[in-house]
Amino acid sequence: MGIDEITLAHADERDLTKLAEYEEIGGYKALAKARKLKPEKIVEELLASNLRGRGGAGFPMGRKASFLAKGTGKPTYLCVNADESEPGTFKDREIMLRNPHRLIEGCLITAHGIESEHVFIYLRGEYRDVFEVMRRALEDARKAKLLGDVTIVLHRGAGAYICGEESALLESLEGRRGQPRPRPPFPAVSGLYGSPTLINNVQTVATVPVVIEKGGEWYAKIGPEPSPGTVVFSLSGNVVRPGNYELELGTPLRELIFDLGGGIPDGRELKAIIPGGSSTTVMTPDQLDTNLDFNSVAEAGSQLGAAAVIVIDDRACMVQLALRSSQFYMHESCGKCTPCREGTRWMVQLLAKLEEGRADQHELDLLLSVCDRMLGKCLCALGDFAAGPVVEYATRFREEFQRHIDEGGCPFGGESSLEGIYAPVEQHAHAASAEVTA
Amino acid sequence: MTELAGEIQKAAAQYPDSRSAVLPALRLAQEKHGGWLPPEALREVGDALGLTPAYCQAVASFYDMFQLQPVGRHLVEVCTNLSCALVGAQQVLEAFERELGIGPGETTEDGEFTLRAIECAGGCGKAVVVSVDEHYREPVRPEDVPEIVKELRGGD
Repeated sequence: MGIDEITLAHADERDLTKLAEYEEIGGYKALAKARKLKPEKIVEELLASNLRGRGGAGFPMGRKASFLAKGTGKPTYLCVNADESEPGTFKDREIMLRNPHRLIEGCLITAHGIESEHVFIYLRGEYRDVFEVMRRALEDARKAKLLGDVTIVLHRGAGAYICGEESALLESLEGRRGQPRPRPPFPAVSGLYGSPTLINNVQTVATVPVVIEKGGEWYAKIGPEPSPGTVVFSLSGNVVRPGNYELELGTPLRELIFDLGGGIPDGRELKAIIPGGSSTTVMTPDQLDTNLDFNSVAEAGSQLGAAAVIVIDDRACMVQLALRSSQFYMHESCGKCTPCREGTRWMVQLLAKLEEGRADQHELDLLLSVCDRMLGKCLCALGDFAAGPVVEYATRFREEFQRHIDEGGCPFGGESSLEGIYAPVEQHAHAASAEVTA
Repeated sequence: MTELAGEIQKAAAQYPDSRSAVLPALRLAQEKHGGWLPPEALREVGDALGLTPAYCQAVASFYDMFQLQPVGRHLVEVCTNLSCALVGAQQVLEAFERELGIGPGETTEDGEFTLRAIECAGGCGKAVVVSVDEHYREPVRPEDVPEIVKELRGGD
């Protein structure tokens, strides 16, 4: 259908941070249309669009909205998850920096659809530049009387990956440590301050205006049937032209990396691809013809996740990569549940031994056993995010892992692109330096 | 009422429950106390929001952007997560180590600089990302580092 851009449309040729410019491309017309519609009609259009959440889980937004408890006597809240921190992901930052009003318009339409007057945008603390842009855009929208009865609060986080998990986000927004809640109850029934709450990612909410403007059926026809629409792919790593590319879902992986991204620099070979951020499992060059949509990537054994495609060339040692990734999850584990808190630390210790050539054969098996004891056994998805990819690194690159044991050290001999990479967790007093007794 | 307490109460007015303002309050207090949260800052936040200092410390210690130890006048943070690591983050970090004469997690003796490695900053398309006093520089190459340090040493 040739739909290239929705959330970033016209952002190249215009300064859409200015309200007047946004209105010139038809901005806030969808809001005017929405406010003439009954709230349930908005949810109907979202259901018809089959717009799936762009934060990583891919849950249909319309269904989520339809789960909201009614007649509770409590206010209904909309929370926008702008705590983008999945390694490799930088799409929401660009959407907010370049098209802040699209997100605000999406918030206002969604708020109308779920009969909410209270919107909180939980913005990643490090995104200070985004905060300034969003603050000004909100102020302009307020002065132009676009908000109606709705208040939108920009709430800045303070540096914690786990706050992108929806129940941890709510805890943090309530002024606590960002530790996930047991579910049920789900946020649709008991979320922020115990009230019905809808939580959606920035890009998902920023897509709502076009769904209302052109209709859910129109949107459902873009791209492949079960997962329609566009996604902003964040392309990074060993690629000639990294950056954000808003494309129809279903675009082949090869097209993104080689046609748009310009391929692998310095005459190197492609070794591996992480398709959806570091919590998703690795793919290999023989899978380049996979279409980038939720179902096709799942069929290929991975996850589309946050559509953050990390390209890895043949200079990278996969044990070092698995170690560095595990150090991230150890650092970000909130510590509430045991399999994740202890498992991530154990994984780091075993991978460090492997990389340093101090691991025995049984410790490679032990690593996989530790992962198995985490998968599906943690309070939230962070444990799966840590363990799932490491299982695949160790399985798909088994020979490379094995050589670390057989050769008593890293076969790259200090020449890996990731050699010696320092992880923030090592700055902490509780760093995993102790020996593992296996 | 102190100036800080006034600002905290203004922030708290945005929320149905004032406890929600603990992150904005800690941020305000940290700005007023030279980039970190000494015990009196935690007391001030607690007093303004009706929380105990211990509660405030428990919250602050959870989040990476709150500092419970003194930091340098300039905070230099190098992303070393995968996308940056693949394109030379370690070399950038080492360039800062050489230029400043300190390791990651350390502060220069003159109190001018704290150097830290950080997790993914969300700038992977322009790696390597370096955050200087909460403003991103992207991309940074090792050869850019002396100039950045010189600029920070020269300006106020």
